[in-house]
Amino acid sequence: MSANLKTKPALPSADKRWKIVDATMRRHGYRSDSLIEVLHTVQEAFGYLDEVAMKFVAGSLRIPPSKVYGVASFYQFFTLRPPGRRTCVVCMGTACYIKGAANLLAAVAEHYNVKPGETTADGELSLITARCFGSCGLAPAAVIDGNVAGKLNVADMLERIKEGAQNDAA
Amino acid sequence: MTLLEDLQHITEEEEEKDSKFKYHINICVAAGCLSSQSDVIKKTLQDEVNKCGLAEVCKVKGVGCMGPCSGGPVVALAESGVLYEHVKVEDCAEIVKSLEGKPVERLVQSTDTPFFKRQVKIVLENCGKIDPESITDYIAAGGYRALTHALAEMTPVEVVEEVKKSGLRGRGGAGYPTGLKWSTVAKAQSSGRKFVVCNADEGDPGAFMDRSVLESDPHRVLEGMAIAGYAVAADMGYVYVRAEYPLAIKRLKTAIKQAEQQGVLGNDICGTNFSFHVEIRLGAGAFVCGEETALLASIEGNRGQPRPRPPFPAIKGLWDRPTLINNVETFGNIAPIIRNGGEWFAGIGTEKSKGTKVFALAGKVQNTGLIEVPMGVTLREIVFDIGGGIPDGRSYKAVQTGGPSGGCIPAEHLDLPVDYESLARVGSIMGSGGMIVMDDTSNMVDVAKFFMEFCMTESCGKCVPCRVGTAQMYDLLTKMTEKRATPRDLALLEELCEVVKNTSLCGLGQTAPNPVLSTLEYFRHEYYEAITGGIPAGPAVEAVS
Repeated sequence: MSANLKTKPALPSADKRWKIVDATMRRHGYRSDSLIEVLHTVQEAFGYLDEVAMKFVAGSLRIPPSKVYGVASFYQFFTLRPPGRRTCVVCMGTACYIKGAANLLAAVAEHYNVKPGETTADGELSLITARCFGSCGLAPAAVIDGNVAGKLNVADMLERIKEGAQNDAA
Repeated sequence: MTLLEDLQHITEEEEEKDSKFKYHINICVAAGCLSSQSDVIKKTLQDEVNKCGLAEVCKVKGVGCMGPCSGGPVVALAESGVLYEHVKVEDCAEIVKSLEGKPVERLVQSTDTPFFKRQVKIVLENCGKIDPESITDYIAAGGYRALTHALAEMTPVEVVEEVKKSGLRGRGGAGYPTGLKWSTVAKAQSSGRKFVVCNADEGDPGAFMDRSVLESDPHRVLEGMAIAGYAVAADMGYVYVRAEYPLAIKRLKTAIKQAEQQGVLGNDICGTNFSFHVEIRLGAGAFVCGEETALLASIEGNRGQPRPRPPFPAIKGLWDRPTLINNVETFGNIAPIIRNGGEWFAGIGTEKSKGTKVFALAGKVQNTGLIEVPMGVTLREIVFDIGGGIPDGRSYKAVQTGGPSGGCIPAEHLDLPVDYESLARVGSIMGSGGMIVMDDTSNMVDVAKFFMEFCMTESCGKCVPCRVGTAQMYDLLTKMTEKRATPRDLALLEELCEVVKNTSLCGLGQTAPNPVLSTLEYFRHEYYEAITGGIPAGPAVEAVS
């Protein structure tokens, strides 16, 4: 085992969020099986997983960076790119789908010129699809900036996103 | 003081505290109603109660899911049994003022309807009644008595026997006898530890039973896990829960902390030498992790890819130790079975499917929401009596059960009793409990394509039939919905269904063709139309506006 695997790597920067990440790893005794829990903490703190973070986690948990990347890219919940300032998650579950979720998605994509799964060029809005929120009683549903909105039609949906932007600006 | 006396004491205290209140206003704070701002309404109701000087006699309590999700936010008056739906902030003053008089008519939802009358609640018995964030509320409702009873009065073998006697079968969908699974793990030789895992990776689109149980009555699940731990001699439990369910995770965390403080989880529970700890592991958005071996890989911090069975997790599971894996709803049934006996449970349901089943009723149906019915009721009763039928004057076309692994059941089978065997006979499965009703505006080729897209994206990529087969089938279905298909494409689709079904490694691939096969069986003409182009197959759905 090479020397650099025996010592834990230093925090990547003075950013306090690294301490939160380190605390999670410490709580799990730096065990390699805590990888997914740790990646959740990183994403919660930084919004996404970048190379610096993945290398840091790999070094700390003593697992190959390839495995960290493998796990991070396997799970849909983890994102390797920074999210937009605002997010719109459209539920594509069965109940939402048969109540017209595809139309909602297409309308937002067209209006903001963004593809599902991507962020607008100005970094303002991320358009995301979800498997199912389990809010099927409210179909079709979306989560706009963290708030669940149900029984939507296209006009409501665009209005809600616009509202969010105005609140942001205010 | 023993733990049992402790629980009794808490119950008496709670009852005494509660007896001071003349009125209880319960408001649903599960995810469905929360998304229509029930938290604001709860606060407003409390403000109104204070304003009217009723704080001493009226208690406003946040409770779990009461069922009629499409009517949210839902408010219930415990004493009079009045149920209000679609409550708005402006209504709160009136609701509080009317406590002593007549109910606010325009908000009242009659509970004298099949939606409420036809249900039998075992798993959901506390949902909508207790505060999910209060262990004392759970204890006052009889909680943790089954655990203390099991620890004090029963041997682990007796617990397993009781579960066997109940006839309970796995509620995750496959229906494996729970008692048999428990006894396999209990008998498994292990030099080290054993584990109990609760599968709360509710991945089927259209299913929200487990989420509602975790949000409404998390202690119920913990109690079931602890009893399982005692029965199979495990000292550690993991709840593998979807990261997409933040509220469920939060309430579960609170519940674990409270249970440890109360001494019903942790070391030497109840003064015995039985110790049981529970930790949460978050999923990360991979449907395949609902498959048990993939789930275990994920708990171990790996990519969630399944492995061949045997060895089954009951023999070689987490870190190669014997591991008991059950679904949330299965664990939710355990405490009542221990409390009331296996025979009581076996008295409900049909010959081979005992007890009740929780369904998440959604789609084109009047009453969407969470329901619990005895096994053996017919689909017609669920869709037309409990569900209130199809809205907007449309007609019933199919009900989809079992998510991407299930099938679409047409009108001719509406009188089918809902149990594991009957659903399998008509080409669907019980599944975890998602039930999506479709009306005549849905095109079944499009529905099949929807599920195939799901399976294609969620395929973990480990085995070829699933990885390649689902993509090929998706392409063929796309060709059909775009009316570019030839008769040869249909033949190829049918052949692929068989290949993928018979040769895939895990349940995801083996069941991926089900939505295609069942729609081919019952709605074959729609596939023909997609080929000949006689009637446009087009986009199946119009937005509800």
